[in-house]
Amino acid sequence: MISLFGRNIFPANFPSAMLPPDWPSGFWSHLIIFVVILFVFFIIMAMAFIYVERRVIARYQIRIGPNRIGPFGILQPVADTIKILIKEDIIPLNVDKLIHLLAPAVAIVPAIMIFAVIPFQNGASLVDLNIGILYIVAISSVSVVGLVMAGWSSNNKYALISVMRVIAQVVSYEIPMALAIIGVVLFAGTLSMNGIVQAQNIPYILLQPLGFLIYFLAALAEINRTPFDLLEAEGEIVAGFNIEYSGIKFALFFLAEYTEAVAISAIIATLYLGGWKGPFLPPVLWFLIKVFAVFILIIWVRSTLPRLRIDQVMGFAWKFLLPLAFINLLVTGVQIVVWPNISQWVIVGVNIVVAVASILLFSRFFRLKGDKIEA
Amino acid sequence: MALKTETFMVNAGPQHPSTHGVFRMRFTLDGEVIQDVEPVFGYLHRGIEKMTEGLTYTQDIVFTDRLDYLASMTNNQAYVIAVEKLAGIQVPERAEYLRVIMAELMRISSHLMAVGFLLNDLGAFLTPLLYMYREREKILDLFDMVCGQRLTYNYMRIGGVSQDIPEEFLPALKKYIYSLPGFIAEYDQLLATNEILLVRTKNVGILTKESAINYSTAGPVLRGSGVKWDIRKADPYSVYDRFQFEIPTGVKGDVYDRYRVRIEEMIQSINIIKQAIAQLPQGEIQTKVTRMLRPPKGETYGHIEGPKGELGFYLVSDGSTNPYRLHIRPPSLINLTPLREMLIGVKIADAMAIFGSIDICVGEIDR
Repeated sequence: MISLFGRNIFPANFPSAMLPPDWPSGFWSHLIIFVVILFVFFIIMAMAFIYVERRVIARYQIRIGPNRIGPFGILQPVADTIKILIKEDIIPLNVDKLIHLLAPAVAIVPAIMIFAVIPFQNGASLVDLNIGILYIVAISSVSVVGLVMAGWSSNNKYALISVMRVIAQVVSYEIPMALAIIGVVLFAGTLSMNGIVQAQNIPYILLQPLGFLIYFLAALAEINRTPFDLLEAEGEIVAGFNIEYSGIKFALFFLAEYTEAVAISAIIATLYLGGWKGPFLPPVLWFLIKVFAVFILIIWVRSTLPRLRIDQVMGFAWKFLLPLAFINLLVTGVQIVVWPNISQWVIVGVNIVVAVASILLFSRFFRLKGDKIEA
Repeated sequence: MALKTETFMVNAGPQHPSTHGVFRMRFTLDGEVIQDVEPVFGYLHRGIEKMTEGLTYTQDIVFTDRLDYLASMTNNQAYVIAVEKLAGIQVPERAEYLRVIMAELMRISSHLMAVGFLLNDLGAFLTPLLYMYREREKILDLFDMVCGQRLTYNYMRIGGVSQDIPEEFLPALKKYIYSLPGFIAEYDQLLATNEILLVRTKNVGILTKESAINYSTAGPVLRGSGVKWDIRKADPYSVYDRFQFEIPTGVKGDVYDRYRVRIEEMIQSINIIKQAIAQLPQGEIQTKVTRMLRPPKGETYGHIEGPKGELGFYLVSDGSTNPYRLHIRPPSLINLTPLREMLIGVKIADAMAIFGSIDICVGEIDR
């Protein structure tokens, strides 16, 4: 019985009385525990990602990277966080104040919300939505609204150019991304994230090699990573949308960026690499290993490739990824209908051949034109 | 309400990640496309040309180090060649060979930086640049061995060089130049077969042969446009007439051709250094030149093929110990003149690539 100023806030039989009758009785404890776990998880993972990225990219660049604070420099992100939090928080004079203040929150909340449906081990997610992957597709594109708000409200030309780019880019890459996911859903026969993991007797990266590539590239564009990091092309538009941000608001954008990276890595690990499945080690550990493996792939791409130009980025989405996504969907659909009972390994072989053939075909007949300037 | 669009002005510089110093470009943009560009420079003006008039010919060598600080050796060389021409001083053969070795090492170092920064401007997050730095560092170590400096060498003197090479220099140099072609090939293979790099550089920023000549560009920018012009061949100075080497040229004059020319030139420089080591004679490294040098009245123009193009020093002597007038022909500045022609109509991302492919050094532009 909890009372405040002599009035009962919660009924005596809290919490079960506040639930609809058909909901499980352990709902509240589950909710609270998982929300705490998720918040700890995403903050620790984002920091770990920042640390890993700096160390790994330093190795690619024949440097050592941060190694001063803590053993092997693992406390560097903590030190950076403290430093950035005690920075002066500047709000420029001519910004649209409300939107300017709201933007970092709008950017980070959808990124955190993605974790609600990620299964860490069998059934261990905040909520096992039966439309889990649809929910992710819907939520993950909301983040960009925060960036647009930031760029628009900052009253800065670099920021404006940056968000003009990002709108076009994210809208374009949503489509091949969603189409690639449909391939997975067709094989799994469910939209639930846990169900997709359970359906993976062999990881879907083998069953859907083309789909994986499309999803991976589209995801890079979605989280604005190299070679699609036009949003913050420092050589062209200085810092992009967050140019007028400082202090904790900048930190939130930074955190949002890495939270999205964690989320995308987790989604790829779940959809294509078999999620928590794996021999010997505990499922949670397998899940984390896969997440980090995907992230290191992202870092590898970042440290190697130059950046595309905006028209090339758009051309890549519409002329290359989209047709390939349709091919992938068609092939998958035909396989599901024609060979419902065939061994999955046959489909693996066929799909790898299809993937290689269609990529070779496209790279032969499709070239990004360097000299085209749109009118 | 009728929809309308309007152009807007954006500054790139003087404080901007890809302006290579404090160069500033005022873009008039229509969305992403550049409608107009107005280059603004002078932020690094130090009045070097005027300052030289107050000091003696020998003392002025140190100013040349501060022109193009990525190629100090060649700046030294251009200046001392002009003074020697004015005063009629003969340089010992060994000194000439040492100058050639240093100048070619400097060319490699400068081209490494040019290519690295071009890729950085293309958005390859630091990685190529840092690999270039690694190789450049070895060249700087070699220079350190010779003259004790890593950036401003002040190595060449009127009538020779300041000091002879130490014993350990030649073995270290040999080791380095025999390892460098492998590195360049590896690097070039990584980059020149990268689809993204190709689409970002090919057919971008085309400078036609006629324009390149009309704007009197020089160096890799001119040769990238397909003009076979190199002062080392066209007007051989020092001992360049004794070496076998090619002048690499591009075809189209786009960013990729300029990149290609720089890579090829590094290989040619290695060849020249190998020949110079083989021919390196023993003997004096410095002719006797009085410290208060008084060249006869008159004027002269001494020029060399610097890493960035034709670097010339125009000297007027009134018979005193100080130059009456010193004028520098900075290749960076003159290579920038076709910038506007190349930039109008391209996207802002390409503008940075084109700008990076010209390879400027603001220390030289503003003097």
